[in-house]
Amino acid sequence: MELNQLQRSFLEYTAALFREGFLDSQFSQLYQLQDESNPEFVVEVVSLFFEDSERLINDLSRALDQTIVDFRKIDAHVHQLKGSSSSIGAQRVKNSCVSFRNFCEAQNIEECSKCLQQVKQEYLLIKNKLEALFQLEKQIVAAGGAINMVEWML
Amino acid sequence: MDACHCIEPQWPADELLMKYQYISDFFIALAYFSIPLELVYFVKKSAVFPYRWVLVQFGSFIVLCGATHLISLWTFTMHSRTVAVVMTTAKILTAVVSCATALMLVHIIPDLLSVKKRELYLKKKAAQLDREMGLIRTQEETGRYVRMLTHEIRSTLDRHTILKTTLIELGRTLALEECALWMPTHTGLELQLSYTLRHQYPMGFIVPIQLPVINQVFSSNRAVKISSSSPVARLRPAGKYTTGEVVAVRVPLLHLSNFQINDWPELMTKRYALMVLVLPSDSARQWHVHELELVEVVADQVAVALSHAAILEESMRARDLLMEQNVALDLARREAETAVRAHNDFLAVMNHEMRTPVHAIIALSSLLQETKLTPEQRLMVETILRSSSLLATLINDVLDLSRLKDGSFKLDIRTLSLHVLFWEALNLIRPIASVKKLFVTLSFSSDMPEHAIGDEKRLMQVLLNIVGNAVKFTRVGSISISASVAKSESLRDPRAPGFFPVPSDNHFYLHVQVKDTGSGINPQEIPNLFTKFAQSQSSGTKNSSGSGLGLAISKRFVNLMEGHIWIESEGLGKGSTAIFVVKLGIPGRSHESILPFVPKVPENRVPTKFLGLKVVLMDENGVGRMVTKGILMHLGCEVLTVSSGDECLRVLIHEHKVVFLDVSLPSIDSYELSVRIHEKFSQHFSRPFIVALMGNRDKLMTENCLRAGMDGVVPKPVSVEKMRSALSELLEHGLLLDS
Repeated sequence: MELNQLQRSFLEYTAALFREGFLDSQFSQLYQLQDESNPEFVVEVVSLFFEDSERLINDLSRALDQTIVDFRKIDAHVHQLKGSSSSIGAQRVKNSCVSFRNFCEAQNIEECSKCLQQVKQEYLLIKNKLEALFQLEKQIVAAGGAINMVEWML
Repeated sequence: MDACHCIEPQWPADELLMKYQYISDFFIALAYFSIPLELVYFVKKSAVFPYRWVLVQFGSFIVLCGATHLISLWTFTMHSRTVAVVMTTAKILTAVVSCATALMLVHIIPDLLSVKKRELYLKKKAAQLDREMGLIRTQEETGRYVRMLTHEIRSTLDRHTILKTTLIELGRTLALEECALWMPTHTGLELQLSYTLRHQYPMGFIVPIQLPVINQVFSSNRAVKISSSSPVARLRPAGKYTTGEVVAVRVPLLHLSNFQINDWPELMTKRYALMVLVLPSDSARQWHVHELELVEVVADQVAVALSHAAILEESMRARDLLMEQNVALDLARREAETAVRAHNDFLAVMNHEMRTPVHAIIALSSLLQETKLTPEQRLMVETILRSSSLLATLINDVLDLSRLKDGSFKLDIRTLSLHVLFWEALNLIRPIASVKKLFVTLSFSSDMPEHAIGDEKRLMQVLLNIVGNAVKFTRVGSISISASVAKSESLRDPRAPGFFPVPSDNHFYLHVQVKDTGSGINPQEIPNLFTKFAQSQSSGTKNSSGSGLGLAISKRFVNLMEGHIWIESEGLGKGSTAIFVVKLGIPGRSHESILPFVPKVPENRVPTKFLGLKVVLMDENGVGRMVTKGILMHLGCEVLTVSSGDECLRVLIHEHKVVFLDVSLPSIDSYELSVRIHEKFSQHFSRPFIVALMGNRDKLMTENCLRAGMDGVVPKPVSVEKMRSALSELLEHGLLLDS
């Protein structure tokens, strides 16, 4: 595929992600921070996010599986997850974290499990999507183009 | 016999007969001797006689004959033998010569006869030539008459003069008794006596045109002899006396249009006038052929002269008409100019007059907005502001359009920064788009230059118009703006085949595409989009507020920039794409330093304001930490990250100007940390600013932070802009107010 088409697909893909609420304006901030001195910033941050999130989700599942559920810990984990996801603009993950936290306060295990499932689902979704996005980016870079792009989302 | 050897004549010498013979012989001899003398004399006199030899022969023959006769005179009496011998010799000689002459004459006489014939022939020829000369002379005379007549006729372009002169001259040349001209009436059915030579009796005799004599004359282009009793020839009121011979000839009345035909217009003329010429009755003159020919020629000349006169009349009339029209047009033009000037003056004045109060309203309403207002009041003020902004735009648009129309518009060409242009445009539509929750993307192609030469204000206007429309007509979804350098293939709009942009060394074509997921446009309405004041009638566009001028003006500007603008849409509800291509200059080296203003957009270069600013960032969350660190580094700071309060206290030194604490985590008591930081630096002159990074805006929490000694709060997730403004405010004022 030639460069223009690739770039167009990239834009459209990103646009779709934003439109569907997967990402919010914070994500565009990340691209702003990417420059010649920091060419892989976005990928690095997102990878860190993936690591962090996976770890936290595992911790959460373990915590919920305990006989005695430590809601404070769960809340702390969820808080972390919420923080990370909001830092990179993974909107849906963040939103599901918010509802998770509410149920945590209510100390409702069932609901919390459900929320955890939701969070997991959202996380997997955003992971796939972001990975596809980076794939496209790699193709563009390989074809000689650059993502000299600034996204604004309001 | 005698001893004298004489010879006796046969007859006695004194017989009467002998005597007569003797005398005759004498005279013969005389004559014979004188004839050659005469011949010689006369031949000598004339120079032309070609047969001298014959003359000699003849002369000698005659002489000898004469000699013979002379000698025979002696033979009448007794003569001696010598005489007889001489006589015989002479006779013999004579015989010889005469035979020779006779023989010669056989050859000569036919020649002489033919000379005669030639002479006769020449005489005949001479007579013929004489006759011809006579004819030529007559013709020449006729020609002279005609020329003179023509000259007279043509020397005037007045119809009446022409006709009058013709009649007079003809009358004089041919010594006519009477000469008259019958012209066809308007109806074409009658001939009216229009001009006569001599008699001043009332004009207006009318004869019907269908008379056989008239038809006869009209059907031939020759002068025709007519009877003097025919109605056209009856030129005297009372036919008391007979008139001489009458000749009539037709005069073709040529129309203007006939001159455009190649063949002689004779075939096309329909109207003829009739010229009647009457010889004097008291002379026995007949019409000679050459006179008839003269008449015919004159008739033709008159026809030509008349048509010239007609043409002239026409052209004079046309010229007068044109002059009148010219004057009228001139007047109209001056009036129009005055009107236009008045209109422009009015517009300019009104514009200025209208702009001033509108600007005042806008300015004061903005100021009012900043003050403390009740929600109702705020709503009112916002409405006022919106309405007056709209009014200001309308006024500007109208003025622009009127200036564009009379071509008094000039582009203001300067160096501009394309990146800045697009950023500013985005900044301007950001508020509206955020309210509508629309996603806006902006992308530049990698080969797009940062700077260009063009009219920045108008380019911005076009861009804002297009993007504004996109935002206006999109209820939900996204708008993507992409700018690139146009390659020739992508420049062609299938609907504008005449647009062939050619990039050159000094110019490039900027290709801007704005695609939205809005309400779309009915493809049939697309051609009307760029016409002034035409609003689309499609339902669903409730907020069709706008003067309808925007696209028209944009199109004008784009055209001025030698570009092209068009809109594509697949239909209602399917979004639309607006594309424009404009020609911009490529700045040379010397231009790069000339920037009309300082760009406010965050560039990928490190801004100098925060360069090297040492900060400490404390955040437990790894991702958040990384992002905030990235932002701070992007702004030029030197960041030290820590993940716990103790670590923070440990690394914090007085060179750090700011310390950022993430306060969203309950495990770390940020308030205590803040107090401890204060304690740590209590001995120093300055301590670092303490800024809280707060996830949820919490009034209580903010108050607690501030009470704990923190200098400000920055909301999380952090954005570059927010961080930048926070840092600026912090460094300038030392305090970060609620942002």
